Amino acid sequence: MNNHPFHHTQTAHCESGVISNLLGHYGLRISEPMAFGIGAGIFFAHLPFVKVNGVPGTTYRIWPGAIFQRVCSRLGVKMETAKFSSPEKGMAALDTVIATGTPVGLLSSVYYLPYFPPSYRFHFNAHNLVVYGKQNGQYLVSDPVMDTVTEIDPESLAQARFAKGFPAPKGKMYYPVHVPDVASFEKPVKEGIQQACHYMLKIPFPMFGVKGIRYLANRVKDYPAKVGERKSALYLGNVIRMQEEIGTGGAGFRFVYAAFLQEAATLLKKDELSKLAAELTQTGDLWRNFAFSAGRVCKSRAADNVSYKELSEMLLQCAAAEEAFFRRLAQVKF
Amino acid sequence: MKKEEVPQDGDNLHEGTFKQIMYAVDNSGNYVQVQSAGWEPENIALTQAWEEVNDRVEQARKRVLAGEISPVAFYMEKNIMDLALLASYVGKFQWQVKRHMKPAVFRRLSDKMLQRYADAFKISKQDLLQVK
Repeated sequence: MNNHPFHHTQTAHCESGVISNLLGHYGLRISEPMAFGIGAGIFFAHLPFVKVNGVPGTTYRIWPGAIFQRVCSRLGVKMETAKFSSPEKGMAALDTVIATGTPVGLLSSVYYLPYFPPSYRFHFNAHNLVVYGKQNGQYLVSDPVMDTVTEIDPESLAQARFAKGFPAPKGKMYYPVHVPDVASFEKPVKEGIQQACHYMLKIPFPMFGVKGIRYLANRVKDYPAKVGERKSALYLGNVIRMQEEIGTGGAGFRFVYAAFLQEAATLLKKDELSKLAAELTQTGDLWRNFAFSAGRVCKSRAADNVSYKELSEMLLQCAAAEEAFFRRLAQVKF
Repeated sequence: MKKEEVPQDGDNLHEGTFKQIMYAVDNSGNYVQVQSAGWEPENIALTQAWEEVNDRVEQARKRVLAGEISPVAFYMEKNIMDLALLASYVGKFQWQVKRHMKPAVFRRLSDKMLQRYADAFKISKQDLLQVK
């Protein structure tokens, strides 16, 4: 659709970052926070029965792919997506598309990405990156969490795209076939905000949204008694990683969402939203305090009930702050 | 979080090569992107996760050398896989992979099966047969 070179911008989160970079290539300028907000990416869930390497799952964001799909449908972007039954077919299809100069988004496993810092290479299968060309047999990669563009050899890319496990990427690739020249963000912003409030406040199960934070708080309190010192520290460590590790922008996406609200305030000329952004920043700081204390508990291996009880209370504070925040956000009249 | 408060605790976990983007507010309260070299709690949690992995690998190594389990179990841990993941890589049921972790069963595996395990672990067949 156009021939100018692909412009890479480093972002905090891979999914909203790929959206921002890909749509920007077609002249639809959308910042990472804006994509994250329109896609209603902010969320919370604690799922003790979904174990990853034996550790209960916690998430601060909506499930992978949801942000993408929501942004596209709200902005009227048409995407071509494809999955493949074999690496050969998947790599051939990729070659055909990039030969036309179209940058392609790919789902991959970070475990097989050689340019990734080794310390981060676990079997995480929902990483998004863009391949925008091929040179001397190497694929040119714009990975949104990396500082600059990089390259990857075909074998590693095939392994990353066709990693097994859950969810299996099955070589999923996607690229825009229609991007509107002008898109009004106003309605998508409203819809995104309303959806985020709904997910944080209204899901009638205890593991999701604000309820989910309280649910985690209650479980953290009993970790030392229930699973012992070693596992308590591992469980807690996983919560910290989901909150602060690469891709969250800090405080489990709370700061990205606050940045979105700030941008939305200017866009919709609503001062209310920038006040709410400031409030969410404070809530984010509460989360950071929790992570800091939790880190200290992990390190000292102090599996006494007192420290876990204190952490549990900090989580309850976060829950209270988020509940107040989302209730106010839900009442903003557009 | 203020811009100046964005942590820079490198801790050399990523060999100083990697910085991630954080969102923080500047003096006038506006959000900006700031690069961060890392943060203490995250580093602790990540180090702890790797210690757990290395522990499991070491345990498995000892048990292979003691003849209790086959190299399949060792390389599974080394590749941070679990039974379900390894089974899907080699195209077998989990109970079959579990059987292959018995040294007696492992010794009788066909060349084809050994090759599949070697491919799943991205090593050669010779490497699969011996654990150092």
